[in-house]
Amino acid sequence: MSTTPLTSHDDTVGISLRVNGVEYPVTVGQGRNLLSVIRTEIGLTGTKEGCDDCECGACMVLVDGRPVNSCSYLAAQAHGREITTVEGLTCDGEMHPLQCNILEEGGVQCGFCTPGMLVSATALLARTPHPTDEEIRIGLSGNLCRCTGYAKIVAAVRRTAES
Amino acid sequence: MSFVIATTVDEALAALAAGARPVAGGSDLVVGARHGKAPLPSDLVAIDRISGLDCIEVDDNGACIGALANHHAIEGHAVLGARWSALADGSALVGSPSTRNVGTLGGNVMNASPAMDTGAPLVVLGAEAELVSAARGSRRVSMAELWTGPGRTSASPDELCVAVHLPALPARSGSAYLRLEYRRAMEIAVVGAAAMVTLADDGTIAAVRVALTAVGPTIVEVTGLSGGPVADVAAAAGAAASAQASPISDLRASDAYRRHSVGVMARRAVEAAARRAAGETIPVPLNRAVGIGAAS
Repeated sequence: MSTTPLTSHDDTVGISLRVNGVEYPVTVGQGRNLLSVIRTEIGLTGTKEGCDDCECGACMVLVDGRPVNSCSYLAAQAHGREITTVEGLTCDGEMHPLQCNILEEGGVQCGFCTPGMLVSATALLARTPHPTDEEIRIGLSGNLCRCTGYAKIVAAVRRTAES
Repeated sequence: MSFVIATTVDEALAALAAGARPVAGGSDLVVGARHGKAPLPSDLVAIDRISGLDCIEVDDNGACIGALANHHAIEGHAVLGARWSALADGSALVGSPSTRNVGTLGGNVMNASPAMDTGAPLVVLGAEAELVSAARGSRRVSMAELWTGPGRTSASPDELCVAVHLPALPARSGSAYLRLEYRRAMEIAVVGAAAMVTLADDGTIAAVRVALTAVGPTIVEVTGLSGGPVADVAAAAGAAASAQASPISDLRASDAYRRHSVGVMARRAVEAAARRAAGETIPVPLNRAVGIGAAS
């Protein structure tokens, strides 16, 4: 990784983001958050802006496999890192088992929290393939849902782990 | 305006000497800027890729926790959890899994929030922060020397926190951290308390330290405590904690409620630390083990 200042004479930075396996060279303001770059510059709108304050988890993405609130993470810091959004969970156009199960279990109502829930659950299952219900709740504890009451989302994660 | 990605401490120190501010995970810096707490610095040096600065090393002299070690790594570190339990108790309560993945111990220490969950544990464990600058080399400071007010430290702008050192504890020692919280995630301590105790051969407390979260402009260490039977020391610690706290009223709690409840937290922290010192395994985080927070 070059340590040459990633900067020009103004306040923009030329960076390269690898999102869902695709390289995107973009020029962004150095204070831009990763969420706005993913949605506006790259055009992947599955990742949502909820609270914009690191509280609700609607903006969750994976950065090098770790769950990160993209609303509060500088895009420039993601330069060269591997980013996975909810769009990256599908494989050859087929839904990820988590996506199938959250539908089957009725874990989606308005759907706004769903991308973040799926990303957090993906990170959880990668690290803990057979979580207890308590571990599922902790894994999803940074994601707010105002519709479902959570039980059906937890059930979807449990069902995915069991399958 | 500049944004530099440093891969060595020397590169980071050069950028700091030129006026840049460091960013590790950004969870305090970015959110703080959005809230108008402080504008995002025009010159930033990203330190999160400095290799080796996230390592956690333990030997007979104690533990060295790299400034970039994140809360997830600390909460899951078996040896830290067993020997310096209060710190693991604190790290396990920070934010959510995503916050704990980007939030670093060094960032926590240098952000100097009086509500930080790792602060009271670091005080009772006798931690020192290692600060390095290009001009003056390395120095170590205690937490009491480092924190001068909310969001303020005695570190110079050109100094980088590279590690936090924890001394080895005497035999039959144990520590614990508890906080009062209204929800189990993405929460900031209403109040909190950490305790470290060393037991005498007869099971009484020979040495005790207690520190308090979110009841003053910095983490508050309780003074005037001495040894004795566990129940007596715990009760005295609770009373002293309430007496020595100087909390504010805000939308989260009144000063009177904070003053009362920090005494409860201090008493329970001493009791839990004594149980751990006696060899009992109480899982991290202690908050969950004793049922604080809403039921799942």
